[in-house]
Amino acid sequence: MSGSANSLSRPAGAAPARSLGEGLPALLGIAALVLVAWAVPWLKFVLTIALAKGIAVLGILLLLRAGQVSFGHAMFLATGAYTVAFVAPFQTEALLLLPLAALLATLLGLAVGLFVVRYRDIFFGMLNLALSMVLYSLLEKLYEYTKGTDGIRVSVLTFAGLRPERETQEWLMFGLALLLAVLFGLLVRAYLASPMGRALAGIKTRETRLEFMGVSARRVLLFAYVLSALMGGTAGALVAMTSRHVTPQLAYWTSSGELVFIAILGGAGSALGPFLGAAAFELVRVYAAAAVADAWQMILGAVLLLVILFAPGGIWGMLAGRLRRSA
Amino acid sequence: MMAWFAENSLLLGLALLDGLAYAALVFMVAVGLNLVFGVLRIVNVAHGSLFAIGAYTAASLGLFFASRGLPPWAGYAALILAACLVGAVLGPLIERLVLRRIYGQEEVLQLLVTFALFMILEDVQKLVWGVQPISQDLPMKVLGTVDVPFGEDVIPFTIYQLFVLPGVAVAVLAGLAWFLRRTLTGRVIVAVTTDKEAAMAMGIDAAKVTLLTFTFGAGLAALGGALASPTTSLVPGIGAQTIVLSFAVVATAGLGQIEGAALTSLLIGLGRSVAVYFAPEFEVVVPYIIMVAVLLVRPQGLFGVLETRRV
Amino acid sequence: MSASDRLGAQAEPSIEGVTRPRQQDAPLLSARGLKLAFGGVKAADGIDLDVMPGEFLAIIGPNGAGKTTFINMTTGYLRPQAGSIEYDGQPILGLSPRVLVGKGIGRSFQLPQLFTEHTVLENAALAIAARAGLWSPLVPLLRPQWRAEAMALLDRFGLAPLAEVRADALNEGARKLADIAMAVALQPRLILMDEPTSGVAAAEKMSVVETLVRVLRDAKVTAVFVEHDMEVVERFADRVAVWSQGRIAALGPPETVLKDPAVLRDVIGIEPAHSHA
Repeated sequence: MSGSANSLSRPAGAAPARSLGEGLPALLGIAALVLVAWAVPWLKFVLTIALAKGIAVLGILLLLRAGQVSFGHAMFLATGAYTVAFVAPFQTEALLLLPLAALLATLLGLAVGLFVVRYRDIFFGMLNLALSMVLYSLLEKLYEYTKGTDGIRVSVLTFAGLRPERETQEWLMFGLALLLAVLFGLLVRAYLASPMGRALAGIKTRETRLEFMGVSARRVLLFAYVLSALMGGTAGALVAMTSRHVTPQLAYWTSSGELVFIAILGGAGSALGPFLGAAAFELVRVYAAAAVADAWQMILGAVLLLVILFAPGGIWGMLAGRLRRSA
Repeated sequence: MMAWFAENSLLLGLALLDGLAYAALVFMVAVGLNLVFGVLRIVNVAHGSLFAIGAYTAASLGLFFASRGLPPWAGYAALILAACLVGAVLGPLIERLVLRRIYGQEEVLQLLVTFALFMILEDVQKLVWGVQPISQDLPMKVLGTVDVPFGEDVIPFTIYQLFVLPGVAVAVLAGLAWFLRRTLTGRVIVAVTTDKEAAMAMGIDAAKVTLLTFTFGAGLAALGGALASPTTSLVPGIGAQTIVLSFAVVATAGLGQIEGAALTSLLIGLGRSVAVYFAPEFEVVVPYIIMVAVLLVRPQGLFGVLETRRV
Repeated sequence: MSASDRLGAQAEPSIEGVTRPRQQDAPLLSARGLKLAFGGVKAADGIDLDVMPGEFLAIIGPNGAGKTTFINMTTGYLRPQAGSIEYDGQPILGLSPRVLVGKGIGRSFQLPQLFTEHTVLENAALAIAARAGLWSPLVPLLRPQWRAEAMALLDRFGLAPLAEVRADALNEGARKLADIAMAVALQPRLILMDEPTSGVAAAEKMSVVETLVRVLRDAKVTAVFVEHDMEVVERFADRVAVWSQGRIAALGPPETVLKDPAVLRDVIGIEPAHSHA
């Protein structure tokens, strides 16, 4: 189409981020997070949720590398969250609940993945959406077990057998989320540099060639999909443990849309993008909701629109560009 | 088995009639989504918002007409007017201001742009119409009901749901088929859908075609909403529900299929309403189960054509 | 004259002038009675062809004659409706491209299939990693060993100076070579190349082919290639198969086939001085 903004190309593959070190910005980011959490105590909660969502968005990022967008990844987040809510009355140990939730989400990811990796583009996105809506409906309708839209309160948790006071617990959750964010960030970085990770972009550009190299594109995508489900489940467990309340809304398709939104907002060029995006998203949401209760979604939507139209590299893309120019 | 059918014939009959009305609404939304996708190659997430805004506008207009003492039949004028208004105002606005900037870009971005529009329009609805349920069922009431016999029982059914909704849907289907196959503009739209490059090389003004198609699609969504408005009370979130259902229809039918979308709407509409009567817990799940089952067997959708990559 | 009459049973000089006896060798690839129609168009209408180990076989013929279809059938991308294909004495019909690659059948594409978001080096390294089957998710693709191997491969194709260039920024000649390099990285015994020189600027065409032939001969790869440039065919092919409407119209050494008046007229488009019966 003539006159369209074709010049806005996405940074992917050989992204600018790779020519710029990510280590220093990452360390600065961690320091800033801890500082803000310490200086503004009530933001600790917001930042913990942001870190958790960032982990889920890392998974979205992997699929974006393959040119695929899932409008249903909230199902893995919800799986992790509801696992915590269901099991917490019987097993209060957070350090056991977390891996259990991640494991169940991973298994679901494997089952769903085996089905959806056969599809591409719109079909991939819509199938994910459909399956997440099935989970949403079950969570909403099976009131006997899930309390429907009221949701479930997560009982009080223990950490390594201890039951810390509230303030300490908040710090523990913040620290746990931060630690996992760093670990998964490093994992994703290594994965994206590996043959498997580099082949992901091959699904986007030349899937036929992958097959003619003797590589199963489906297997390449499945690995990324399962990894993304693992991170989604981990994120969900963190969200449930932090907010202490789970509702079916976690699995609704708009929640999945939010994850994709955050990925684009932060920038798909770097493993730091999801966390930048998630922090920006949650902060805008908190402040917009406080300022204009009925229009925070509108503000987020407008931000998303502006980012896509005018800053296609996302926040990370803008920062990286600025740092490179000043260097 | 036969005994079960005999025992449940009443419920089945109800489900069938309900499903028909429901399928009619779903079809109008899904076919617009499909049409827009065919020409713009964009899955418009905000399509559901146009449905919701169409519904709200129709209800407001209807209430306004009623308050002015216009006859009840004016409610129908309100429905049509709402659909035209929403299509003609929001359609060009969205296409010109936003979508035009992202043609030819990555699918992910296009999808997200329409998602952003969806978020914005959701709040627009809340700001304009509030969060309290609104209902305006005059157009349905004015037609009254007809007694449908089921064996020994007689069930009163609203004429609106029994005849008007399916009637309009059939008219839309027939009109659309005629328009796309018999008129010059329709053929141009089909040409752009089939092969955009070739169509443009033939001198077709693609910008005009996309604008027209999107406006038309938006109008269809709004019409679906307007027609749905008398049958239900309007609350925030109906747009979000509608769009995922339309996705399910379009994906199940296969992209770019008009008649296929009609049949699939029927399949999914009936499936859902049978669930409403026999397994209400699974009402919302049924459309997706149908979709997943279909795509497992036919990855290109029921009526879609399999594309092979040229190498 | 039928195709089988002309099947090369004679010794031919190769490009380096080394004479390789063919007579006693079993064919590496043997196709019999391949048929495939798309709608009413017969893309393959009874194809019989033997490809001998070590030879360079050129396929010529007008557009739509079914040349690419033959490659697609041999590499598992399309399945013929009738006929059989044997590779190395084993039937391979119905096997997927992925399996056939593992058996040593490689291909290159008329439209080069490079990973456009990756550099040339990464493209080559991915192919090397694919062959090695080493798909660890944690070890970098450009580990020293694979980087060195990829650079060596690119060097053989004269692409080393372009290693860090993104694949979508290459010119057509380099893209074709990189495309073939990726196929060669998989160490095939047989490579099928779809128009390796189409779109390559006239000035660089001969150097592209020379590079290509040198590398393939060094690697002892048997090659089948679709080609429109008769000069290329004449200089580099051991045998030529002439495709016409899904059939092989003529087969033999270029010096014979390219002088056949019917071939000249129908394929190359030159009206011979006196008409052919």
